Amino acid sequence: MSTFHLLFLLSILFSPTLAFRSDELLIDDEEFGLEGGVQAQPLSPDLVNTRSSPPPATTTKTTRKKYSDTDSDSKIQFLLEHAFGDSEFSSAGTFTARLKTWNHGGQTLTKLRFSRNAFTDLEKEKFQNLLKGDDFYKIRLPSNVLSPPGREYIISSVKARCLPREGLDEHFVIHMEGGNILAVNYGTPGACSHPRQLKLPAKWSFNSHTVLKNSEQAPRAPVFSEDLLGGETGEGEAVKPPERSFWAKYWMYLIPLGLIVMNAITQAMNMAEEPAGGQPSQQGTAVQRGPAAVRRR
Amino acid sequence: MSLGPMMQWMQSILHWVNVNLKANKGNVILVFSKGCLHAVSSIDGEVLWEKDLSAESIEVQQIIRPLGSDMIYAVGFVGSSQFDAYQINAKNGELVKHKSADFPDGFYGDLLLVSSDILVSLDATRTSLVTIDFQKGEIIFKKTHVSDIVDESFGTAVLLPSELSGMFAVRFNTLLVFIKVTIEGKLEVVDKITNAAAVSDALSFSEGQQAFALVEHVDRKILLTMKLVHDWNSDLLKESIAMDLQRGMVQKVFINTYIRTDRSQGFRALIVMEDHSLLLLQQGEIVWSREEGLASVIDVTTSELPVEKKGILVVKVEQSLFEWLKGHVLKLKGTLMLAGPEDIAAIQGMRLKSSEKSKMTRDHNGFWKLLIVLTKAGKLYALHTGDGRVVWSLLLPSLRESGSCKRPTGLSVYQWQVPHHHAMDENPSVLVVGRCRPNWDAPVALSFVDTYTGKELKSMGLIHSCAQVIPLPFTDSTEQRLHLLIDAEKHAHLYPRTSEAIGILQHEFSNIYWYSVEADNGIIRGHVLTSNCIGMVDEYCFTSRELWSIVFPSESEKIIATATRKLNEVVHTQAKAIADQDVMYKYISKNLLFVATSAPKASGEFGMAQPEESCLVVYLIDTVTGRILHRMTHHGSQGPVHAVLSENWVVYHYFNLRAHRYEMSVMEIYDQSWVDNKDVWKLVVGKHNLTSPISLYSRPAVVTKSQSYFFTHSVKAIAVTSTAKGITSKQLLIGTIGDQVLALDKRYLDPRRSLDPTQAEKEEGIIPLTDSLPIIPQSYVTHALNVEGLRGIVTLPAKLESTTLVFAYGVDIFFTRIAPSRTYDSLTEDFSYALLLLTIVALIAAIFVTWIMSERKELQEKWT
Repeated sequence: MSTFHLLFLLSILFSPTLAFRSDELLIDDEEFGLEGGVQAQPLSPDLVNTRSSPPPATTTKTTRKKYSDTDSDSKIQFLLEHAFGDSEFSSAGTFTARLKTWNHGGQTLTKLRFSRNAFTDLEKEKFQNLLKGDDFYKIRLPSNVLSPPGREYIISSVKARCLPREGLDEHFVIHMEGGNILAVNYGTPGACSHPRQLKLPAKWSFNSHTVLKNSEQAPRAPVFSEDLLGGETGEGEAVKPPERSFWAKYWMYLIPLGLIVMNAITQAMNMAEEPAGGQPSQQGTAVQRGPAAVRRR
Repeated sequence: MSLGPMMQWMQSILHWVNVNLKANKGNVILVFSKGCLHAVSSIDGEVLWEKDLSAESIEVQQIIRPLGSDMIYAVGFVGSSQFDAYQINAKNGELVKHKSADFPDGFYGDLLLVSSDILVSLDATRTSLVTIDFQKGEIIFKKTHVSDIVDESFGTAVLLPSELSGMFAVRFNTLLVFIKVTIEGKLEVVDKITNAAAVSDALSFSEGQQAFALVEHVDRKILLTMKLVHDWNSDLLKESIAMDLQRGMVQKVFINTYIRTDRSQGFRALIVMEDHSLLLLQQGEIVWSREEGLASVIDVTTSELPVEKKGILVVKVEQSLFEWLKGHVLKLKGTLMLAGPEDIAAIQGMRLKSSEKSKMTRDHNGFWKLLIVLTKAGKLYALHTGDGRVVWSLLLPSLRESGSCKRPTGLSVYQWQVPHHHAMDENPSVLVVGRCRPNWDAPVALSFVDTYTGKELKSMGLIHSCAQVIPLPFTDSTEQRLHLLIDAEKHAHLYPRTSEAIGILQHEFSNIYWYSVEADNGIIRGHVLTSNCIGMVDEYCFTSRELWSIVFPSESEKIIATATRKLNEVVHTQAKAIADQDVMYKYISKNLLFVATSAPKASGEFGMAQPEESCLVVYLIDTVTGRILHRMTHHGSQGPVHAVLSENWVVYHYFNLRAHRYEMSVMEIYDQSWVDNKDVWKLVVGKHNLTSPISLYSRPAVVTKSQSYFFTHSVKAIAVTSTAKGITSKQLLIGTIGDQVLALDKRYLDPRRSLDPTQAEKEEGIIPLTDSLPIIPQSYVTHALNVEGLRGIVTLPAKLESTTLVFAYGVDIFFTRIAPSRTYDSLTEDFSYALLLLTIVALIAAIFVTWIMSERKELQEKWT
């Protein structure tokens, strides 16, 4: 127990988030409401947008410096590499993130930032070739961010013709599990219409969107308390038939009853009429019936 | 009885010997397993004693008990060149003596007991026979070079495991040599026999005489010879039996004696053939045979039956007229009680033949088909779904052992050619893919088989390896389906090898994607075709390029199950109308892959992992772009996972460690990009995206729904019903642990189930939520039958929309047809057409009668 206490104290002392919380307003944090990383839920994806027309190298550097002052131990960087068709992979940008270690030992990345290198002239040319040939633009990431490249690189590709819009729009969905990257889904943020038209981008600058995704928890099988007590849910439901109106229940009796009543009434009326016309005699039937019929009309 | 656990037990049994120890304990079975010798009572299975020999690292080959003695000998090898013999008291397991000796040349293969004290083995080079005398004071090895006793040299020797006292058989390629061990321990050749196939063990019958059987192949017949062990020249029996060539070679023979009517000794032999069929031979005839090869089905596909041909030849008419007359005479006999037993059998046979069920032509409802079944023995069977008979069978030449193909195994069967336009004059065919060795980089063997005649059309082999077979959705002008075979180097090979096929492929070249799952490595990769193979003249070979990869962290996730949609599945509609006049659009993609991973610790048996450290992660992956569409974790759960994917949903079965119960989950995936189309005005004006082509490179807008339920049974297989148009509601077919097939309505696995559904939802057919799935005894498809050792369930659509054909296989095979929503589109078989006709006739008659009566009445009224 004592060692545990000691560890706890130490963790309080050294853990920057608990010991010291910078009140400095960080531009990106405010924008995305991820202040201090405390609100960052492991389940909610972190969305980061970076506009890197000329890569804002200066600003990112300063932000990074701020982090390195406070908690350099948990800052993590990993490279994005790209390839044009079958070419070799070369550096294309850098992801920066903070690694958060949870009390139960799990690790999650938060505050993912991405700075994209602008295309060099050679790369532009290669990319144009891809556009012409409707070929694949390929990227890769290390499978482990703590010890890159990990077991193997994670590869993802997209038809180059899907990317150009105003500039070059790209969208990363990075699936994480602790410090491991399982997969990255790379592509356009919107639709990529089929047949793909050849279209050169107006601006050779990337407009990157990044989403970090962790696994969702599956819904549990429902456990009913009644079931635990006696398991009579099935019977209970069967016992309670839905309430029906009086008419719905007894219509089959009511209709014949109504008919009988109607019949009886008409007969009664007939009976009432006949005495009114006097006692019928055998000879006067035809004569008597005539006026009766007329009267009825 | 289930053979599964029995087989496991058998593997660990090395040898068993009956020792009658005590009257109340019956015989003793001696089992050697994992370095330990156990004596087990045959009556109650009690372990009487154990002797641990694991410290000696001996591999016990034989356990020998000399007649009338309480001692047993356990003999075996330590390493490859040391022979050890242990003398053990059979009553208490006490070690009496241990002898050991080195044989510098080393041993090859097994030990064979020739007489009570002499063992025979081969040396490491397989050119010398070694006799071992172990019961004397010292172990004596005697090496005899094969060429010393057999004049010519025939290559390497193989000892046959038959136990013939005082004698043994050695096989040199096609030659079988019987060698006798004399009392002095010398080896003498008794006989040499070519074309011998199998030798039985010696069987003792009257007065200590021992006999054994020898089977030879002569032309199209097999020759069964029964000989006395001690008198080579006398043949007890010599029979030749005509044998179907499709059964292959005789693999094993077992003999048994009986007393003939003339009180002489008779023998019958049970033979096991190359195709795993079992035959009993007696008096030169096959008494019965069983197609036991059907117990090891590898893959199943179907073929339609031939179309009924109009216009029959006159000769046939005459013949059939005669048959018809004969049949009627027989039937008349039957009704007049004059028929003998033979006639009755003939009548029954005729009835069976003439019944709709066994017709060899296509029926209107599409119920009768041919099931093309590939078995482990490399034999292809065509089974008629009407009565289950074998229409034809073919022992595939490409899957038989040959010089270049040592241990061929069948892999799968594909529909190669399904003629629709030329259905009258062309036969469908199937493609059988096999490998020469079980390794995945072994060369491939292909066979093309006509499904009506059962003849092999052509075969190819030994060209390249085959890791994957991809049937493409294109056919050429002769309606042969294009197939891509991916080899170990990730090259794609196109079949059929015609220029037309290349033309079709070139047209769709950039749209062919595939994926590979490396389960051991925990990686899934996506590939696309690039160009022709470089440095090869083969124009049917294409290189591929890796497009995407998903790497599962090896310390926390291991791939345990994958599932994809069936290629031929038909989906009727993409839209699903839900209760409040709303529509949901199913995400329907042929490229959906379901993957389940679990912690490596929990991927083994139950009890290896705690609930905290095991979790099951399920994925839905698009196999073109490698996009993970959905990912979900079940904490505290583990495999084995059985899954089925159909339309836009996946159902999977796993074990929940926390609840100590099996669970089933359903996951449905819906497309959100179609939601805008609900506006009627937009549809009218034409501002909708319903007709635009879908590209998987667009970012998908999907939403998934999921729900879990408890399920009582553990599961061996899951399948889903499939119908011709996909309109009929679906049922899940679950192969239970009791080897039965349970049909469970898909409505029970609907993520929209809730505790108390609204009136509108109830009308839609949503069942109130319960925590476990109901097992309704009446919904067992197999009724009271068991499909022993169930391994797989295959569903096929019939032509009738309401009906699904179900084929389940294991040790047994089972076929039935089910209608998940009742047969709403046809009258039942017991529907009385006669009654219907009678009613109609009666009604017409009544109309006439009343009409005449009314006429007459009118006339009368006019007269009065």
